[in-house]
This record gives sequence, C-alpha cells and structure tokens, in this order.
Amino acid sequence: MDVSQYLSVFLDEAKEHLQSLNDNIMTLEQDPENEDCINEIFRSAHSMKGMAGTMGYTRMQNLTHDMEDVFSDVRGGKIKIKSADIDVLLQCLDAIQGYVDNITENQDEGTDEHQNIIKALADIRNGATGGDGGDAAAPAAEAAPAADASAAASSADGASDYKAIKLDPSVKSTLEEAASQGKKLYGVTVHIQESCILKAARGFLVFKGLEEIGEIAVSDPSTQDIEDEKFDYSFSLILITDESKEKVEEIVKSVSEVEGCECGEYDLNSAKTTEDKEEAPAAPAAEAAPAAPATAAPAAAKAPAAPAPAGGGAGGKKPVGKPVVNRTVRVDIEKLDVLMNLVSELIIAKNSLISAANTSGVSNGNVNEQIEYLESVTTNLHESVMKVRMVPIESVLQKFPRMIRDLNKTLGKKMELTMTGEETEMDRTVVDEIGDPLMHLIRNSADHGIESAEIRAQRGKPEVGQIFLHAFQDGNSVVIEVGDDGNGIDAEAVKNKAIEKGVVTPDQAALLTEKQCVELLFHPGFSTAKQVSEISGRGVGLDVVKSKVESLSGEVTVRTKLGEGSTWVIRLPLTLAIIQALMVIIGEEKYAIPLDSIQSIEDVSPADIKFVENKEVINLRGSVLPLIRLNEVLDTESKRNPDEDMVVVIARKGDQQVGLVIDELMGQQEIVIKPLGKYTNKCKLISGATILGDGEIALILDTNSIF
Amino acid sequence: MNELRDNSDVGELIQFIVIKIDDEQYGINIKYIDNIVRMQQITRVPKVDDYLKGVINIRGEIVPVMSVRMKMGLAEDEITGKSRIIILKTGEGDLVGIIVDQVNQVLTLDTNNIEKVRYDDKKGSGQAKFVGGVGHYDGGLVSILDLDAVVSEKEVKEKTSNAS
Repeated sequence: MDVSQYLSVFLDEAKEHLQSLNDNIMTLEQDPENEDCINEIFRSAHSMKGMAGTMGYTRMQNLTHDMEDVFSDVRGGKIKIKSADIDVLLQCLDAIQGYVDNITENQDEGTDEHQNIIKALADIRNGATGGDGGDAAAPAAEAAPAADASAAASSADGASDYKAIKLDPSVKSTLEEAASQGKKLYGVTVHIQESCILKAARGFLVFKGLEEIGEIAVSDPSTQDIEDEKFDYSFSLILITDESKEKVEEIVKSVSEVEGCECGEYDLNSAKTTEDKEEAPAAPAAEAAPAAPATAAPAAAKAPAAPAPAGGGAGGKKPVGKPVVNRTVRVDIEKLDVLMNLVSELIIAKNSLISAANTSGVSNGNVNEQIEYLESVTTNLHESVMKVRMVPIESVLQKFPRMIRDLNKTLGKKMELTMTGEETEMDRTVVDEIGDPLMHLIRNSADHGIESAEIRAQRGKPEVGQIFLHAFQDGNSVVIEVGDDGNGIDAEAVKNKAIEKGVVTPDQAALLTEKQCVELLFHPGFSTAKQVSEISGRGVGLDVVKSKVESLSGEVTVRTKLGEGSTWVIRLPLTLAIIQALMVIIGEEKYAIPLDSIQSIEDVSPADIKFVENKEVINLRGSVLPLIRLNEVLDTESKRNPDEDMVVVIARKGDQQVGLVIDELMGQQEIVIKPLGKYTNKCKLISGATILGDGEIALILDTNSIF
Repeated sequence: MNELRDNSDVGELIQFIVIKIDDEQYGINIKYIDNIVRMQQITRVPKVDDYLKGVINIRGEIVPVMSVRMKMGLAEDEITGKSRIIILKTGEGDLVGIIVDQVNQVLTLDTNNIEKVRYDDKKGSGQAKFVGGVGHYDGGLVSILDLDAVVSEKEVKEKTSNAS
C-alpha cells in the first residue's frame, strides 16, 4: 500500500501526540495519580502505535506499543509510576521523536531499535525498581515473557466482542424496556478487513444500514470513536429491532470490506454493567475493551481547559455521545500566503480607486459612500485573513517545560518555569521563527541568570529559581517577556569582557552608560559565561536572538537589576504584510511611518529648540527628547520655511522617544509592505516600500533604526 | 563561455535588442529582458550608491533602477522622450531596471558572427568592462552588453563571463 500521501498528516499528528505525551508525562511527574493524564497518555500512545503500524514503521510501532502496555497496566492499577520511571518514559519519547525526525528527513524511521528502552519499559511493567533505561539491565528471559504478555494484551485490545459490552444503567433500562415491548435485542460484532483504509467510513455504513431497521442502543467503542477511527478492526453494538437475525447479518455483510460479523440474541441478564467493572479487578483483556467510553469522559472535561493546538482537529478530545462536528480545517500555509497577497493587491486597488475618484473630481456622494463601504469590506477582509494566519504561540512554548526539567538535571540547579499568555496569537510565520530565540533566552536565564543554590541561599532568595515567560498583545504588537529572578547582568563585567574581546576600546567603554553596556551583550561573538557549557556560552545566542527578532521586524531589549534578575523583552508586529501608517511629506518625497511606532504629533516652534551637547532637543511635557530632522537624514531639502512652526512626529521605541521633524502630514493610510529589491535594501532607515493609490512608490521609514 | 563555444559550432540564432547609451550601440540578449517601459517617475532611495537611481513600480512589484551611464563613468543621464527603462531578469529571478538613451531595433545574430572579447584585450576604458562580445551584422558592429557586469554590485574583476 502506498502511504506516502498520508505522510504529512502522519507527521503532523505524530508531533501533536508527542507534544501531548510530553506534557502529560511532565504533569504525571508532579502528580503520579492523575488519571486524566494516564488516560491521555495511553490514548496518545495507542494512536501513535496505530498510525506507525499503518505507515509501516514497525520499530516505532513496537516502541509505542510497549509504552502503551505500561500505561495499560498503570490504568489497571497493577503498577504505579515512580519518578525514576518518568526518565525512562521521557527517553522513550526522545526515541520516538528520533524516529519522527528520521521520517521527516528521509521517510525512513532509521534502524535504531532502542532495545534498552524497550527493556526498561518491560522492567517498569515487571515492577522492577531499576529506573534508568541504560543501566537497568533486566535479564532477557524476563523481558521476553513480558513482551508475550503485552502481545496477548494487545490482541485482546484489538478484538471486540458484543458480549463484553458494558452497559450504563440508563442503557440497560432502555434495553429492558425494549425487550418488554417484544422487540428483539441483537448483539453484533463486526470485523473489518485489516487492509481497509477507511475503517471509520465502513463503520458508519454499518451503523447507517442498521439504523434503517432499528435502533442502536449502545456500541463499543462509542459512535464518536468509531467515526474518529479510534478502534482496531472490529467493533460491537447492541441493536433493538423487529427484524430477524439473518436480515441484520445481511445488512452488515453488504458493506464492503467487512470481513465478517457475529450476531446473536443479546441476553440482558448476562450483561455486564459499568458498576461491575469498577468492583471487579478486571483482566487486561476486558479492561482494554471498554477503554474508550470510560476514558473519554475525563478527557471531555479536560478539553475546554486546554485549547487544542491550531489546526489540530483532535477528535479524541470530544465528549462522548454528542457528535461534535470537527470545526477545523488544515490548510497549507502557501494557500494562505496567496490569499494574503491577493488581499494586498485588493487594498492597493482600493487605494487607487480612492485616489482616482479624488483626482477626477467625482465627489458625488454616492461614489464616496460606495468607496467607504469598499474600504470597510477590504479592511475586514484583511483582518479576517490575518486572523486565519494567526496561531496561538502555545505551540512554541509547549516544549519549554520539558527543557527546563532537563536543564534542572544537567545544570544541577533548581528552577521553575511559569508561563502566561500561551493563547496569545501571532502570525504563523512569526510563530515558526520565534521558537529558537525564545529557547536561547530561556537557556540563557537558566544558565547565566539563576544562581547556584548556595549563592541563592546566601542572598536570601528562595531555593527554587524562577524563570518566567509572559506573552501578551499590546496594541499592534505582541510582547514576549522572558526573565528570571537570578543574578541580573553585571554591566561592569560586560564592559570588561567587551574590552577584552575587542568589541569596544577602553576609551569608548568609559563613555558607555550602564544601559549601553548591557546592550553590548547583543554584539556578535560575545559571551560572559565563565564556563562554556553545552547549554549556552557559545557566544552566539543573544546575537542570533537579536538578528532573528529584527528579521521579523521586531526588537529586543533587556531590563536588568544586578542581584535581582533580568527580563528580556521581545516586541513583534502582529502582522508583517499590511500595516496602518502615517503618510508624511519630506522635501518633495512621500514617506510612510508605521503608526504603532508613533506616540503623538506635535507642532513645535523653532524658538523652543534647545541644545544639549550641540544636538537639538525639545522639551515635551517635561521630558527632553532629541530632535531629528528627517530631511537631513534622508539627504533631501526641506521645503518648509525655517521660521514657521515645525511638524514633529514623536516616535517611540520601548521607553525612548525621539522627535522627527517632517515637512507636512498627508494622513493615515493602510499600506501594503513590499520588500525593496536587493540593490536598494542597504539603507537601514528604509524598511520597505509601498505602492500608493496613484501607482507612486513611498518608502517606509523604520523609526527603530533612528534611535 | 562554454555555452558560446558550443553554440558557435551549430550557429544558433539569437535575438538582441539594440539600445543606445551615449554614442554607442549595445545589444542585449532578448532572453534576459522582462519588459521595456517608458521613463517614469523614479522614487529616490536615500543612502545608496549614486548609480542606483531609485525604485519604480512594475505591475505592483518594487524594482530598483540603475543608471548604466553612471556605472560606466559617463555623464549623468539626460532624460528625453526616447529614454527607456529596460527591465532585466537577473539570475535569481529578481528584476532590475537599467536606463538607456534609446531603443533602436531588434537584431538577429548568428552566434558564429559574435566575437568574444576579453576586456583586458581592450584599452580598459570605462565602457569596456561591460562588453562581453562584438556582433557583426550587415550594417556594422554592435557591442554585446555583459549583463552580469552591468547589474553586479561590485566592480568587475578579472573575469570573462558569457557574452549575453
């Protein structure tokens, strides 16, 4: 069977399952009794096993199978997860991740069997205390029976039988009532061919056929799970009907790819109820069968709390019984790019129309009305398309708790990560790119920020170091703060290091403010780590962070207080393609200034200009800010009478402000950012260009580079 | 260069657009031309090299425009009604415009009639390094522009690039 067409779906889902496994195992470490978690892990492992099997990745299948077995036992109450086991489980996840990575790269899972992990998993099942997969060497003989047992368990898991269906009291009473009305109750177990690809569709056809002649009282697994393909190759149901047994069999068998079915009168007295199950310590085989209905309920409670990852229509998290329609669609990001480009073109066309209407003098009320209507439609359209492209930043943040856990062990420090604002949404392209910079910053905090336990004790700080990550939206940008309550940045140390590395000369260094010193950290080839560790200290981290963030048109700054900790602040634009801008005229040229970097616009009399260190400044409501004449920066002649009041645009960057002197204001406009060709992008002041309504080009000023 | 040599055995026909810069005629291989537009308003970009005149809007795309004259060390362009901007496709698929004084004709040349010129054979004047070859035709000679040299950002080094 050619499965390559399913590869991308497989990889997407595998990644989601791995993430879910990671999260849940981490939760389990804190709370080993958490049933929701155990169920969730079991389900994810089970799904991955099925997926890997379908795709023909047998090694991955074996590993996930063993993991599933462990959790099957945990659910059955046979064993309890100990903290040492968590390490093995995490190693197991890393191994699975390795398979997935291999598959991503060359569509082959690789040849690593991970025997040690499989053995360690078997040890967990056997209750062996040895935790670490590497040294916990269980005798091979011991491992073998375990594998046999697990194989048996899985086959039991796979085969379903109507006689094993557990009945809710309510279902039971329905059945009793139907029986008392003289209707017939049939138990049906349907086996679907193992080569069948669309199991869910076959199941659905069986259901549809049977519902024509009667009522399906209960099914195992649940209807929802069958529709989501959450079953192996057979399922059972109880049918209330007036028809004969032969008729029922005929309907079931008429569905193609059904291998066979067992049908018999259902005996209510021998039925097991759900209460039975709770009382009796059920055998693994019986345990596995009712798994789906029993575990889906807690999952349902959990689903609203944790929003499903974007685009991931994880069907398994839906409540049982009520068929919830899957309301998400996976769309190739390229299609969204095309859509976004079309919207951009539409906005340019709209701007052209406005300017054409103005110049041709068609100022008829109706035309204006229609243009305004068009304007509101295009703006809404743009916003909608933008929202479609937005995904919660959560997908990037998910991996950090695990990272901190590992860092705890490798660095021998005690740290805790708190994250807020995981639901903050950003453009997909930004989210994809921001993961590495954030990881650098968190590692940085863990490695350089948080002090060793002894020093923390000396300083009277709590033993456990706090690392935090807050994401939130602020106007047209998204702010992500990463920080710690550790050592803070020693500006003097940075300065000395900078001199030592030749980044600045001692003379230059003497003139630097504390803030400027700290900013030296972003200089390429800088690292203050006294010891180079594998976590950080290669001296590329902060430099990379800065260039990455800037390539996303964002900025990164740092606030720090020696001895109390430091906070890195990343500010990113919500969208990259279309922005609101203030159009201004400087000399005879038109420029666009992004609106979100503008604080206010002021009229300033030339008499109010003061000089500080030979530079022009103005005093604006108590704060002194430098004045920059844009015509000088942009090499053009101002057309304004120097005695007249100046128009000054107050731009801000973080907590800094600067006054930009322009000639004239044109007004606010929605602009589409176009990149400048490769020859003309040398100018740091210009971040791009846009096409105005009349086809003319206006350059976009990057006010951040003026500071 | 190899391409040229191979072709010369076969005698392939190549079309050239003949343009005028200063007093000299140059041929540009038609396959590198995306478009020829009339002179239009060029938006100046600050802080770039002098020969880069700015950017123009070609079908919604921002395209840089350079002055070949200034690159060749000639006097500044005199924009007349005959001036045109030739939009070239560079190797990476980017567009770049060059200003020429006039577009004269389309010329079809046999590759056998194109003579390879190494720029160090010439006197080394400003224009010479932008010439990749010389084509013979009924009416006379035409220099074939070496577009790589024209659109490159650096000074042309000791290089014998293909006559385009």
